[in-house]
Amino acid sequence: MATPTPLVEHLLRRAGFGATPAERDQFAHYTYPLAVAALTGFDPAETDIDSKINTVGYVGVTTRGRFSPNTVINDARQRWLFRMVHSPAPLQERMALIWHHHFATAYSKIAGTYGSSIATRMMAAKPSEDAANAKGQIELFRERALGSFRELLIEVAKDPAMLVWLDGRLNTRTRPQENFGRELMELFTFGVEHYTEEDVYAAARVFSGWNLRRTFPGTPQAYYEFVYNPNQHDTGAKDFSFAIYSSGSKRIEARSSSAGMQDGIDLINALSIHPETARRMARRLWTWFVSEVDQPDQAFVENIANVYLKNDTNMKPVIRAVLLSPQFTDPSRRLQRYAWPVEFVVRSMKEVGYLGFSVDSALTPLLNMGQQLLEPPDVNGWDVGAGWFSTAGMLSRMNFASALATNQRFELRAAARAANATPEALVDFVLGRLSMPRPADAVYSALTDYVRAGGAWTGSEAQLLNKAGGLFHLIVGSGDYQLI
Amino acid sequence: MKVTRRDFIRGGVAAFTVSFGAPAFLSDLARAQGASRRNLVVLYLSGGNDALSTLVPYTDGFYYSLRPTIAVPAGNVLQVGADSGGRALGLHPRLTGLKQIFDAGHLALIQRTGYPNSSRSHFLGTDIWSTGNPGNSAGAGWLGRYLDTLPSPVDPLAGWATTREVPRTLIGNKVSVPAIPSVSGYAFLSPNSGAEATYSRQAMERIASHLPADKPHLSFVNGTSQAALATLDRVATVATYEPSVSYGNDGLSQALRAVAGAMVRGIGTKVFWVQIGGFDTHATQNTNAANAGYSNLMGAVNNALTSFYNDVRNQGLLGDTLVIQFSEFGRRIAENGSNGTDHGAAGLMMAMGGGVNGGLYGTAPSLNPVQGNPTLENSGTDVTHETDFRSVYARVIDNWLGANSVSILNGDFRKSGLSFI
Repeated sequence: MATPTPLVEHLLRRAGFGATPAERDQFAHYTYPLAVAALTGFDPAETDIDSKINTVGYVGVTTRGRFSPNTVINDARQRWLFRMVHSPAPLQERMALIWHHHFATAYSKIAGTYGSSIATRMMAAKPSEDAANAKGQIELFRERALGSFRELLIEVAKDPAMLVWLDGRLNTRTRPQENFGRELMELFTFGVEHYTEEDVYAAARVFSGWNLRRTFPGTPQAYYEFVYNPNQHDTGAKDFSFAIYSSGSKRIEARSSSAGMQDGIDLINALSIHPETARRMARRLWTWFVSEVDQPDQAFVENIANVYLKNDTNMKPVIRAVLLSPQFTDPSRRLQRYAWPVEFVVRSMKEVGYLGFSVDSALTPLLNMGQQLLEPPDVNGWDVGAGWFSTAGMLSRMNFASALATNQRFELRAAARAANATPEALVDFVLGRLSMPRPADAVYSALTDYVRAGGAWTGSEAQLLNKAGGLFHLIVGSGDYQLI
Repeated sequence: MKVTRRDFIRGGVAAFTVSFGAPAFLSDLARAQGASRRNLVVLYLSGGNDALSTLVPYTDGFYYSLRPTIAVPAGNVLQVGADSGGRALGLHPRLTGLKQIFDAGHLALIQRTGYPNSSRSHFLGTDIWSTGNPGNSAGAGWLGRYLDTLPSPVDPLAGWATTREVPRTLIGNKVSVPAIPSVSGYAFLSPNSGAEATYSRQAMERIASHLPADKPHLSFVNGTSQAALATLDRVATVATYEPSVSYGNDGLSQALRAVAGAMVRGIGTKVFWVQIGGFDTHATQNTNAANAGYSNLMGAVNNALTSFYNDVRNQGLLGDTLVIQFSEFGRRIAENGSNGTDHGAAGLMMAMGGGVNGGLYGTAPSLNPVQGNPTLENSGTDVTHETDFRSVYARVIDNWLGANSVSILNGDFRKSGLSFI
């Protein structure tokens, strides 16, 4: 098997979800710039892999009755995990996951409002498979994965799931609702230190009338879609503590109710190109791609913020600049970032194996590791970094490694036969399959001693079955494997 | 930008490696450090509890005029008397068990707790309440700093978060508290059985004991694994706990059931964390509904705390138990247009336990939004604080945990008269 360069392996772990042996073969022939181009150069219209769900040669899904990823939340989660394992554009799924974390919206509140079926559609429906052409929030993120952040903000402000999640559907002229306006400034754009309470009140008025309306009531395709309701828009002028227009004006002037939707567009435009939004985006990208423990490098922040502003908030050149930055490619960054639970389970399926395994088996472990897809803990998303590693979370990682290795043990034995000569050969084979460098001597000898435990090593079929699966469990469950 | 754990982790990992470098004799440690059976349980109401619906100023006319749809009718509250200012107060009608505990003298209601320039952000607010530092809410939590004062090495089970993540409050510079949301799920699995499974666990323990000083991130993860493997067997003893009362199946009840089990089994834990979410009631708050919204939240809190109280009382542990409750902020006085309430300022804290001097502490606000009303802020729209929340922490640290609040809180927040414990 051909092996990519360590830098390309780094890229595959951080910008993809690791690689299957076949993908490693493919990327073994790529220079680093070519690998970056291959990952960032996808066309969202051509990456659909869903037709392979439930077919031979791919990771399985578990169906309870009919597989219904547009209307049943756990099936939606399974479909997303399937895409992460098999998508020809893993960066697209990674960016969707990042936007899901950034605009963190939880299914449960929507389900509590409109029931489980409509809530799943709002989170994850694929338009081409939905009777009302509903586009779930995740589909929005996938479609605009590397698009304009400014346009993404506008779409998010109109997104049905968001309108329920942050109560925009209830925001009216006489009853302004602060929830969305506050989080738009605090979490989605420039951050808590750049606005005042008065700005929150003004932002609530800006988005008054950005509501939902029922469609197809009483029919199976009954749904809710965004509507700008001019009668519910507060037409008065709104004053902010920061510039809204390039003239420097901090005021959104009074407008007629029919033209009032422009208030929201003006505010989002101003926030999206605010220099502090650019810097905060750069700092967040540092966290997501480079390091979530070290403070952002100032040169990195200025560089990425500039690329963001110069490209009118388009994320493709921004992400390309991140991946090509000296800070990202610095060898000292490799295997230093704490893997998110989703990154961990998807990478382990790609590297250990997935034939005969179901992504459904990852759902409860992900919950226990602290990252249930489509159910972030709150609007601030997940607490990434060291926070993942509670004792229970780490046990859950070890136990997922055990479940996967148990499921794959016959495949793993077959793959390991050629390496049955010595315990060292077996350990080296497993490390190589997992794209892991040789660990510290103390860990390495714990692994070889494990292979020897229970009797002299002969490389028999019975020994190989126990110890190959056992080694995959130990290494995938080890601290080394949690760092990507 | 949200302040996160990463800032302190950077400085903290070296310390972690020290504390996990000596995992031997853990049960002796637990025994020594658990010699006092005193426990502290922190209950966090996540989302910003609407204190005015928990403890209702039911004779304040502005409460009713500002909350035309969500106010609790005066006839429905569970009257708990009047505060020192003569304002009559009543508990939410679902808090029947807490009312009995109040009448038994074991529940303290500490009104208008907060701090100057209260943050209306969930995240900043929670960090401030967790660290006890409104000026710089990065770094370790106030109870993590308490655990740091225990003789080293600290037993990994000195704290126990019943949540999936360790809350900042319990994060220390030297001590790593485990998150154990489910006792039964806290086990080590292996692809093989019998002796092979034993070899797997032994190998994993060896791998996890690798704590290289020059690789702090790896050491942090391995230290976490090590703490997990070192605490499995003691936590397993809690799984067989048979409580003396029945608990609900909701998350808070089950968490408190595990806390009671850990206390009865005497596994050495000193500080527990439990929480319940759903308090961010911007819309359709349903304070008075029979079976919805805020009413159900109060029902859940009441049932879980009452079961726990009765259980530990039956087990003879009430005198060793202190529960304190907080939330990141109170809510706006006036209801919003969505029959809910937006983010506000001062809130309500509760303390419950056998050693608690029950009653009302502090005074209720006057809700009259007239200019110059000293009990309000934000142009008369929010309740302003009277008791600094750190004064409550100080009392707990000094009088219950037996530590020094001035050093742990980096300041003297002791307040005379705040004698709830």
